[in-house]
Amino acid sequence: MHFQLAWRNIWRNPRRTAVIMTAIIIGVWSMIFLGALMRGISDGMVRNGIATLTGHIQVHHKGYRNDPVIENSMTDPDIVKTALKKTLPAGAQWTARVRVNAVASNARHTAGVTFVGIDPVREARVSFIGKAVTEGRYLKDDDKYGIVAGKALVDKFETRLGHKLVLMSQDTDREIASRAFRIVGIFKSEMQATEKQFVFVTKAATQHMLKLKNGISEVSVILPDQKEVKQVADNLRAALPSADYEVQTWRELLPLITAYLDIYDGFIFIWFIVVFIAMGFGIVNTTLMAVFERIREFGLFKALGMKPWWIIREVLAESFFILLIGTAVGNILSFLSVFALSGGIDLSSLAAGSEFAGMSRVIYPAIHGQDMIVANLVVFILGLLVSIYPAVKAARFTPVEALAHT
Amino acid sequence: MNIVECIDIEKTYRQGKMEVRALNGVSLSIEKGGFVALAGPSGSGKTTMLNIIGGLDSADSGSIIVNGNSLDKMNQSELAGLRLHNIGFIFQAYNLIPVLSAIENVEFVMLLQDVPPAERRERAKIVLDDVGLEDKYNRRPAELSGGQQQRVAVARAVVSNPSIVLADEPTANLDSKTGQGLLEMMKEMNKKKKVTFIFSTHDKMVMDYARRLVHIRDGLVADDEIRDRG
Repeated sequence: MHFQLAWRNIWRNPRRTAVIMTAIIIGVWSMIFLGALMRGISDGMVRNGIATLTGHIQVHHKGYRNDPVIENSMTDPDIVKTALKKTLPAGAQWTARVRVNAVASNARHTAGVTFVGIDPVREARVSFIGKAVTEGRYLKDDDKYGIVAGKALVDKFETRLGHKLVLMSQDTDREIASRAFRIVGIFKSEMQATEKQFVFVTKAATQHMLKLKNGISEVSVILPDQKEVKQVADNLRAALPSADYEVQTWRELLPLITAYLDIYDGFIFIWFIVVFIAMGFGIVNTTLMAVFERIREFGLFKALGMKPWWIIREVLAESFFILLIGTAVGNILSFLSVFALSGGIDLSSLAAGSEFAGMSRVIYPAIHGQDMIVANLVVFILGLLVSIYPAVKAARFTPVEALAHT
Repeated sequence: MNIVECIDIEKTYRQGKMEVRALNGVSLSIEKGGFVALAGPSGSGKTTMLNIIGGLDSADSGSIIVNGNSLDKMNQSELAGLRLHNIGFIFQAYNLIPVLSAIENVEFVMLLQDVPPAERRERAKIVLDDVGLEDKYNRRPAELSGGQQQRVAVARAVVSNPSIVLADEPTANLDSKTGQGLLEMMKEMNKKKKVTFIFSTHDKMVMDYARRLVHIRDGLVADDEIRDRG
């Protein structure tokens, strides 16, 4: 009957209950939905970062990350291949690349680019490029002179499919090597910067041009489960001679995004607290009003023999119901909102502005279980905590004073 | 055997800078099973006396023993326990819980006493039947007349078999016919259940029902009249 009493009491003033419930619903909805939007942005950034030639794990020659010159290439890829075979879990994919800075030019334009030599089949399983070609075709293993360039670069160079693009870089003899390639494919990516930065040629053609023999710049690995990254990276480090190789996870390779993720974590928590503070005042105010309206009743409870603790429990039970309904509806609404936007929010018109942070053009709101639990716990636990004040007030009325109250 | 023993009770209320002396050294013993009226005009101290006997208020000085318990040595929680198990209250303004039905109001005290639900319901029905509300179990207070509400309050006061029922001007808000019916009912319960009834009143008709009439005036017992009215 305690719960029955609490339940009926909250509906004694339906308008007031509806107002505070609405505040809780909006609060919970905004916590979870805006949290999902932020997670969608950060997930997109991570996804882009990983897909844009980063992968979950990379292996380089010692020193390559600080000085990505051709001299810091891995000359014996078999050592890495053996280590990968030993350490990668089932379902993991990897690819080897040559990646050097180069100058691209045609008759009209010149630009600095990142010249990437890829194994077309393996690369397609690891990075975005396999599915990014929108005009022409993707590279074939035997493409000696074929090149895939980004749409933005092609537009900038005022060129098109079938036209030539000359790449110039330093070879292993420290001589300038240059070679003309024919554009066989044009790719589009989430970010224009990617389209301007990368050009793709087969690994064999790149090795030949730069006189690398079997040498490669990096090995990129994609794991079936992102949670395994740290463990697999540790295993890989242990399997490779540390004097010659370095293994890095995407968090180490993408420090800016990692920093953003940490900032987002903090921001989401601060957002939860800010929303709760606003909501908390509403809860205290409403509960206090409900308590002061029923001073006589609390006096009666005491006169009938209800102990102060039971009165606190009674008031908290009322807050519990309001919080329960508010959070439940808030959760349902946020799920519905996220579901309604599951096709993504297209920010193409703002793409230039959002690219600076590596944001995707389309944001897919994503509810993270952890955020949802924290949001609900914040509302529930802090909601009950702030209700203790009016509850204690109710328990402190002396029966005589309370019964005399009009 | 006395169920209430008050010795030299004093009580002063402070209203701002004003002091109002409500009880001026009242000594009073009430025997078990009594049907006692504390009579007096408004402000005489009768309600204060009832509140102190019921542990709802504390005396400034003097000692009070209720059912063998010395109230001045008990804390709030112990007093609440004493009220819960030994004392039933009937108020002038009925004071029913508006969101509970008649039967739930009667059950409420037993709920606090941890009486099992089935037994609670059974006992509440019996008492409501005794006060003539067998067809009003599920009515909420707002759906009952004043007299019916006060009957529910009486049922709530006696359902847990308390030693004492304290009634503060129980008929003040009722018409004389309804008030008379209520008093008959209380008298019947006093006889049947051997519950001690102490009520405050300034109504002549109510005084006529009392087997003992204690007049309180200016915070003192002015007269103590024993009458046996069967």
